[in-house]
Amino acid sequence: MKELSLNILDIAQNSIAANATCVTIQVCKDTAQNRLTLCIEDDGKGMTEAFVKKVCDPFVTTRTTRKVGMGIPLLKLAAEQAEGTFSIQSEVGKGTKVTATFTLNHIDRLPLGDIGQTMSVLVSCNQTVDFVYIHKADDKTFVFDTKQMRAALGDVPLNDPEVVLWMQEYIKEGILSINGGV
Amino acid sequence: MKSLADLEAIRNRTINKVGLRKEGTEETRIVVGMATCGIAAGARPVMQAFVEELQKRNITNAFVTQTGCIGVCRLEPIVEVYVPGQEKVTYVKMTAEKAAKVVVDHIVNGKVVEEYTIGNAE
Repeated sequence: MKELSLNILDIAQNSIAANATCVTIQVCKDTAQNRLTLCIEDDGKGMTEAFVKKVCDPFVTTRTTRKVGMGIPLLKLAAEQAEGTFSIQSEVGKGTKVTATFTLNHIDRLPLGDIGQTMSVLVSCNQTVDFVYIHKADDKTFVFDTKQMRAALGDVPLNDPEVVLWMQEYIKEGILSINGGV
Repeated sequence: MKSLADLEAIRNRTINKVGLRKEGTEETRIVVGMATCGIAAGARPVMQAFVEELQKRNITNAFVTQTGCIGVCRLEPIVEVYVPGQEKVTYVKMTAEKAAKVVVDHIVNGKVVEEYTIGNAE
């Protein structure tokens, strides 16, 4: 993966596969602590404690086409190579929270990349799921919420190309406006 | 600056388009593989190119969506095109440039781009 937004896109697919109705993605840049934190939280079916323990193993997967699952190991690798941490909290029937932290100015920390594209793919391809994107940059916050979009759009589908391109620009501008580029 | 008010404008503009969609014939589905293998190989910019081309050409009878791992990870990014009433066409090792050609030749003009299909891959 060349940018963290691709890892986010990939990990959020797990939430969708777990039948989540709402997925919250949070990016938090803390300059004072020199930390970047990513958090993907869902209200899906969750995992048992035993499965959480082995889920970082690339030879563990729920997919049926292959015996390998690289999504979680790749995000863990990205965090660890930037002297960060990785953790998963999950409860059956409640949901799952994946958290990765990075040293903000570490030379091997991947750039965040195009969050607008990541969010627009998730939103337009999973119209029954709600997504919230929260971006914090020190004391400023930008929030994107599909519930607000649905209210404004009425019957217009979230995968209308014009809506998709609007979403990308809206998120890009929102992140820039709080100086949240990382 | 973009704002939520833009969406209401889009809503007013597209109200007629949505009506046409519902009355019209079935839509063409463009399905992009978005599992770890696809994403790592560049599926996101491919999907982006499809969305931009559809928007640019004002194509309303086709839409882009995603699927999981199609099973041939070495040929990712993979795109499947389902035109109603026709056999599925699988395109492999896609790029943004190839996506633009698929929209023009296949979606608009109904001519499959044979050189990008899985049958021509190996």
